[in-house]
Amino acid sequence: MLRLILRRLALLVPTLFGLSVLLFLWVRALPGGPAAALLGERATPEAVAEINRLYGFDRPLHEQYVRYLGQLLQGNFGTSLTTRRPVMEEFTNRFPATVELTIWAILIAVVVGIALGYVAARRHGSLVDNAAVVASLVGVTVPVFFLAFILKFVFAVRLGWFPSTGRQSNDIDATHYTNLYVLDGILTGEWDAAWDAVLHLVLPALALASIPLAIIARMTRSSVIEVQSSDYVRTAVAKGLRPPRVRNRVLLRNALLPVATTIGLQVGLLLSGAVLTETVFSYPGIGGFLATAISSADYPVLQGFILLIALVYALVNLAVDISYGIIDPRLRTR
Amino acid sequence: MTATPPPAEPVVDAAPPPEPGGSDTRPGSKRDGQSLWRQAFRRMRTSPIAILGAVIVLAFVLVALLAPWLAPYPAQATPGRDLIRPTMIPGPSAEFPLGLDRFGSDVLSQLIWGARASLVIGVVSTLLGLAGGVAVGLLAGAFGGWVDTAVMRFVDLMLAIPSLLLAVSIAAIAGQNNTSIIIAIGVVQIPIFARLLRGSMLAQRKEDYVLAARSLGLTRGTVTMSHVLPNSLGPVIVQATLVLATAVIEAAALSFLGLGGGRPTEAEWGRMLTGAQAELSIAPRLALLPGLCISITALGFTLLGESLREALDPRMRRRR
Amino acid sequence: MSAQDDAVTTPRDDEAPALLQVRDLEVTFTTDAGPVVAVSGVSFDVRAGQTVAIVGESGSGKSTVAAAVLGLLPRNGRVTAGSVTLDGQSLLGLSQRRLQRLRGRVLGLVPQDPMTNLNPTATIGRQLVETLEDTGTASGKEARDRAVELLTEAGIGQAEERIAAYPHQFSGGMRQRALIAIGLSASPELLVADEPTSALDVTVQQVVLDRMEQLTAARGTAVMLITHDLGLAADRASDVLVMYRGELVESGPALTLLREPTHEYTKRLLAAAPSLASRRIEIAKQTGAEDAVEGDDLLARTDGHETGTDEPPLIRVENLRKVFPGARRGLFGREPDVVAVDDVSFDMPRGRTVAIVGESGSGKSTVARMLLHLLEPTSGRVLLEGQEVDARRQADEIAFRRRVQPVFQDPYSSLDPLFTVFRTIEEPLRAHGYGDARTRSQRVYELLDQVALPAAMARRYPAELSGGQRQRVAIARALALQPDVVVCDEAVSALDVIVQSQILHLLADLQERLGLTYLFISHDLAVVRQIADHTCVMEKGRIVEQGPTDVVFDSPEEPYTQRLLAAIPGRSLELSL
Repeated sequence: MLRLILRRLALLVPTLFGLSVLLFLWVRALPGGPAAALLGERATPEAVAEINRLYGFDRPLHEQYVRYLGQLLQGNFGTSLTTRRPVMEEFTNRFPATVELTIWAILIAVVVGIALGYVAARRHGSLVDNAAVVASLVGVTVPVFFLAFILKFVFAVRLGWFPSTGRQSNDIDATHYTNLYVLDGILTGEWDAAWDAVLHLVLPALALASIPLAIIARMTRSSVIEVQSSDYVRTAVAKGLRPPRVRNRVLLRNALLPVATTIGLQVGLLLSGAVLTETVFSYPGIGGFLATAISSADYPVLQGFILLIALVYALVNLAVDISYGIIDPRLRTR
Repeated sequence: MTATPPPAEPVVDAAPPPEPGGSDTRPGSKRDGQSLWRQAFRRMRTSPIAILGAVIVLAFVLVALLAPWLAPYPAQATPGRDLIRPTMIPGPSAEFPLGLDRFGSDVLSQLIWGARASLVIGVVSTLLGLAGGVAVGLLAGAFGGWVDTAVMRFVDLMLAIPSLLLAVSIAAIAGQNNTSIIIAIGVVQIPIFARLLRGSMLAQRKEDYVLAARSLGLTRGTVTMSHVLPNSLGPVIVQATLVLATAVIEAAALSFLGLGGGRPTEAEWGRMLTGAQAELSIAPRLALLPGLCISITALGFTLLGESLREALDPRMRRRR
Repeated sequence: MSAQDDAVTTPRDDEAPALLQVRDLEVTFTTDAGPVVAVSGVSFDVRAGQTVAIVGESGSGKSTVAAAVLGLLPRNGRVTAGSVTLDGQSLLGLSQRRLQRLRGRVLGLVPQDPMTNLNPTATIGRQLVETLEDTGTASGKEARDRAVELLTEAGIGQAEERIAAYPHQFSGGMRQRALIAIGLSASPELLVADEPTSALDVTVQQVVLDRMEQLTAARGTAVMLITHDLGLAADRASDVLVMYRGELVESGPALTLLREPTHEYTKRLLAAAPSLASRRIEIAKQTGAEDAVEGDDLLARTDGHETGTDEPPLIRVENLRKVFPGARRGLFGREPDVVAVDDVSFDMPRGRTVAIVGESGSGKSTVARMLLHLLEPTSGRVLLEGQEVDARRQADEIAFRRRVQPVFQDPYSSLDPLFTVFRTIEEPLRAHGYGDARTRSQRVYELLDQVALPAAMARRYPAELSGGQRQRVAIARALALQPDVVVCDEAVSALDVIVQSQILHLLADLQERLGLTYLFISHDLAVVRQIADHTCVMEKGRIVEQGPTDVVFDSPEEPYTQRLLAAIPGRSLELSL
């Protein structure tokens, strides 16, 4: 097991290395080159020449790359062009908000998705099943930000059930330890703050959860359908097992294995979905910040974000693989 | 809920009609000489999901092609320019069936012309992704060895970046124009198609008919091109149908993020939706209508793709 | 053995009350094409402690009968007429709860495929214990001890430790033993064994069946054995029922049925079953009545034994060896290399059939692939008329391909699903520049005729053909270039017995007419007995014994060969010729 983990971690190195090369080349392929990217709209020929000399962009490529890699390894992702602050600092400030939102979205997607997929599969071919299939397809085809619009318009603007923007109401003065507001509220016993944070999270988390929810529901459905028509389920029934045991120990345990992998794959999707959702709800996370960076061509931010996401994505999938190895005896004992 | 999960399909032995035991001949039927693809289409004709998808797609394509005749006003025209007030955008009327937008354009015309833009973006970017992906996948799948390893490592690298961000990065290089969006969406699909085709080719390669073809003395290239590739294309074509949906959605997302340039009055669903955000409280229909168009079009392609996938499923094939 | 004694001693008039009574059973499936009756008018009895076999080909409805008795019909199937009673109690229309209480304790099942019938995520022990618990047989510590006992009884050594193993850590034979242990754990009165060993190697098959027979005899369990092999049925059961296209065509005591079949289909099945055919050949040889079996059962030539002439062999295989590198483990490590084929040599005389028999993993198919130049040998060589083929020279390779052609096992995967029959057969002609379009077309129809397929088949796609038809197409394609040698790699193994026999006859007929030389790879000794002139027995990559088929079968020297031969079902049956 430990060997597996170490091997997977070792495989991460070339991936990140390759990614850094790609990003390095990407900045250099931008129209106007890295200097223009850094200067943004203030790129006069003189300023460009100055920057090129200052940052060594006139040096040979491999030399530049070594320097760039050195900076990355020190956690130096450059400076944001819009806020003029280090990219790393901007990230660490905003990251907890996005993590909180993403966790909620995953929870919703997993719980509702598995339940929906399971119910549909057990009534395979019925009206409920067909409705669930169409619903899950609709879930994939409604653009995330459009769904966010609708949720915001109906439940926040028209009905006023939920706040339409932000993470916390102005009149709440809460103490923060982890910067995961709901958790903080529970830890400090400030229940009104926790509740306020939950209200702020409901709509963006729902919008963000839509696509992964649909994907997990479909995966669960097809997996349950396959397993429930498998020989070993039939044999489990034939040997006289009680129905709850057939359902829980045989059917569900086997059917949910492939679903676990799917959940890991959703993380990348969630992080890019956060870019759109956070923007609609003016949610102060990393995604909204990135959306601004994209429209204002803030390349150091974009570059850092892609590296960060790739790292998170790789780590989450590693965790999923490892837990998969623990649940599935075929991988554990060989 | 029933206690026993009964197998969904009859076990092979029970699958009617019974195999003609012993006689080894089967009376000829009407279905003689139907290729796999034709059989798949025959199966799709009986599926309500496939029909719904086909109807949506057909309607979309017709509207896009016939836009100049269907749209009441030319693209980018602003016939109701003078009726717009800062706090009021006129709703549906006899003259403008779906109302006006904040520039005074007729929303119905904009939506019709937008279908055309979406069709172009969808088709061109899908073709780009398909062509690139098939080329890359073929390179990996046909040569194997270190070429395969190198190509697939690169593909995995690309897939480690969420597609929206990859598209954003590519669009940033390609510049602020409409073509850059098409390129971005298309290029993002290349690694996906490549991986799919390669996997499919590896699976086909293990089949006995490939061994048989090699035993006939066909060269590696001929075996690949006339047996392995055609049999591997099923999942790729399914994916292409699904990508048509993704392309429409991603194009909207990119223009929502402010990429792609173009004039704000240009008839493109994503841009219409983005622009409507400011007027959400006074004219929600401006967001609702293009959003619905995007969703329904994407749904049409997805329904079609999913039912095609089901119809081509090898598990269904063997059952005849 | 015991089952046959029963058949002799127990008279047919049923004085013992029947345990299971099936009367006029009809099962209908709902399909897209409307309702399809899969089984109709089936009636039979199983008395306590008796073994009854249901024999039929795929699609005959035999498994459907079993599923109907067990209440395990797929969702789209239901019993539309007739009755099923066990101990006087009707099994039809019972609620799922009532049925669940009967399962395990009254109705047991040993399923067909050991690879797919165990829960992959639970230990073997767990799967036994849960059965014991839910059937109320034992619980807690007692259940665990009982599980170990059951596994030991089923013939699994070191059951104490093995109880913690997962199914994937067991071989096929061990899994089937575990399934037998599970099926018998609550001592059911009736055990339904649905093709319990058809997925196993012959030697394993025999041991597993012996064990099952012992255990059911000790418990007095009645057995309903579903099988496609008439020889096996006669070996194991006192009574045999023959099913064809959903109907029961004949039934009776096993030996009576074998000796005096009345229904036309039973006769055909009897004639086709390789196990019985090989038994008939054996009897004929012993009694000197060889003429009686020649041409029907015995397809190999009987004239001039073995290499009667001094003619050099058409193909000579010398010291073939194939080593597959072990799978990668970790970053630098590797599993040990696998020697798949080790020092294999044999000659193939022109116009004869050389067979390689062996169990799965013996390396027989690897030999075939090396002989076909589809796989590079690690060392050793294949000589065609004394010449080594240099696979790197294209001209050499093409010349070789023209003369040596394969027919593979799986008729579903050996034809390109996108090619029509015509294109499939024409492809080699086109590739080797054979004539113009018209001559090629003529040749295709000629070939179709040779393999006894109607010309109308040319337009069809493989998906529209039956298994036997596909195999005929594969043979036609192999013959297109008029090769000298055809390598049949398990070419008839995936087919039902009657179709199998038809293809075997076709192969023999083609050999006669075209002077073909066959390399016949098979796991089925009975089939080899029928068709081969010369037999090589492979075990673990080596040829352990080879010689003229008669010699190998009549006086085997190696213990392994003896074991293989003893495992052919129906070895002790007294058949009439």
